[in-house]
Amino acid sequence: MNDMTTPTTAVDPRDVGGPRQPLMRVQALKKHFPLKRSSLGFGPKSAVRAVDGVSFEIRKGETLGVVGESGCGKSTTARLLMQLIVQDSGELVFDGATVGARELPLRDFRRQTQMVFQDSYSSLNPRMTIEDSVAFGPTVHGVSSRDALNRAHDLLARVGLEPARFAGRYPHELSGGQRQRVNIARALALEPRLVILDEAVSALDKSVEAQVLNLLEDLKRDFGLTYLFISHDLHVVRYMSDRVLVMYLGQVVEVGTATQVFDAPRHPYTRALLRSMPSGDPMQRTTEAPLSGDPPNPIDPPSGCRFHTRCAFAQAVCSQTQPDFIETAAGHGAACLRWQPGSGYMPPPDFPDLAETAAEVAHV
Amino acid sequence: MSEFAVELKDLRVEFRAPGKRIEAVNGVDLQLRQGEVVALIGESGSGKSVTLRTVMRLHPERNTRITGTLAVNGKNVLGMNPRTLADLRGKEVAMIFQEPLLALDPVYTVGAQIIEAIRRHEGVSQADARARALALFEKVRIPSPERRLTAYPHEMSGGMRQRAMIALALACNPKVLLADEPTTALDATVQIQILLLLRELQRDLGLSVIFVTHDIGAAVEVADRIAVMYAGRIVEEGTARDLILAPRHPYTIALLKSRAHGAMTRGTRLETIGGSPPDLSALPPGCAFAARCTLATDACRAAQPPAVEVSPGHHARCIRTDAAAAIAPMMVT
Repeated sequence: MNDMTTPTTAVDPRDVGGPRQPLMRVQALKKHFPLKRSSLGFGPKSAVRAVDGVSFEIRKGETLGVVGESGCGKSTTARLLMQLIVQDSGELVFDGATVGARELPLRDFRRQTQMVFQDSYSSLNPRMTIEDSVAFGPTVHGVSSRDALNRAHDLLARVGLEPARFAGRYPHELSGGQRQRVNIARALALEPRLVILDEAVSALDKSVEAQVLNLLEDLKRDFGLTYLFISHDLHVVRYMSDRVLVMYLGQVVEVGTATQVFDAPRHPYTRALLRSMPSGDPMQRTTEAPLSGDPPNPIDPPSGCRFHTRCAFAQAVCSQTQPDFIETAAGHGAACLRWQPGSGYMPPPDFPDLAETAAEVAHV
Repeated sequence: MSEFAVELKDLRVEFRAPGKRIEAVNGVDLQLRQGEVVALIGESGSGKSVTLRTVMRLHPERNTRITGTLAVNGKNVLGMNPRTLADLRGKEVAMIFQEPLLALDPVYTVGAQIIEAIRRHEGVSQADARARALALFEKVRIPSPERRLTAYPHEMSGGMRQRAMIALALACNPKVLLADEPTTALDATVQIQILLLLRELQRDLGLSVIFVTHDIGAAVEVADRIAVMYAGRIVEEGTARDLILAPRHPYTIALLKSRAHGAMTRGTRLETIGGSPPDLSALPPGCAFAARCTLATDACRAAQPPAVEVSPGHHARCIRTDAAAAIAPMMVT
């Protein structure tokens, strides 16, 4: 039982397909939230197209970062991955097995995938002591309550909360950073393989955030975890991620290694997003906003490329043709007509090219 | 007009709760010159928002004790009665908040709220006030302003609501603007638009601004000077340039190090500040940061360190600024 606290460097016995098989493959995932019809009942039935055909994979042992503005579908994707909500269409394949099929029932899947949310307080039951919260999951999955409590104490110690001092406390008796450590311990109680961190450090102060990020890195190494790391803070995503996924209005617009996406973004949206980050240098203040306005409404997304309404390089064809996802380099791809052969898009001479962009975003 | 738009001297704010006293602000000295932008930065509980709200005396009178000097354009705010205070708020000093959806009244249109503010302070007609509101919406660049005046707050997007709140704050041409984390709840792409708008309005209208934020990046974008708060005191203050390029307080240095260029490189460990912020109901007699400071000595823990002028206009409340200089991060610029 105590092997939870010893590093597991050996191959995980639950690993089915070997290191080359993605831990999670997401295929054409779609989730629309229907809206109420107008009171008269006329007009077409509309829906918030929160996730609209998203495909990607999470490789074993990596941290995949997800970035995008609010409303781009980051959190809905995370909840779909956890099967907290059910997709309209699309498929999740976890280490070769389709989630929800006979080979991998939801109950078994959920033991292997856990999530940490942004709001550390509302994600803990206020009437349960933190040791009970951490032990609750394993008890549900058939571990005796005595063993589950012992394991909870080990985990609390592992995340830096001395059990003798903290185990009997209630969530309101802890600081935000301490509560988020409890949430992390709880996520690990079922020995998951994939942990989804949905803005898990966003509500913390910077000094506390750094402590939790270090802790997450240690835990990942010691327990052989895979992370899906969602955050709006690009600095943090760059620090944490091996690969990065950029979303815009329910779709994936760019995927690549952290270096590829941050140093040589291929989608104009990614580029604008990176340039929106304050440089932190009083000598290099931003003089012009890289993007104007708020993201469009996902109820009625723009036609063609969804970014064309805010894109500095949009041409007529962008409003008519939906771009395909094109691989521009090994492991790096973007959904922009610029990279699509025969799309009819004429790259203007000032279209950000690799070398130029790398220099421009070097300060990010 | 007074030389200082806002002048705080030894400002102390104490909240009383049953059985304890919370010392939220413990002797803040801050001078905001006319037309200047000062950013107050710090973590939660550092007293930055409490200081800001005290300038307009927004704390409940019943359980708050304010001592020290607090003057706005030379007028003593602590001595004001409810009526003169109401004249001050909105007319001379206005505030914008982090969450416009909470700050705006949900049952009135945004236009009605601006018109109400204008008519409260200036005896103008409904039509004139409406024309002023429309002009304000154009100034903060809300698209289709005519239509948006009749919109309710919930009908607007986050960025637009923040613009509407800025319009409301500027309705009576205040000279001092207090901004309490106005861009924290926004996406990075919208945040930079609002920061640029604030900078432009500040310049065009000659506003004096106190900008409270926990985000050093945002502070650097708008501020002339930056003051760093910790446990209810300003621990370091200087021009944005001095503070970022040559920080001298160990706390500022630690904050910057966690963010500096190259510090966040994949595979390296982040430098953290050990421990947690002090309990405001039981502050230590000495420097409040000493318990977490790598340079702390017994002298630090014994008495409150005085403010030291490390270079002209750049102050740090630390007795070990020389040692701190050696650990200051190197900025790659």
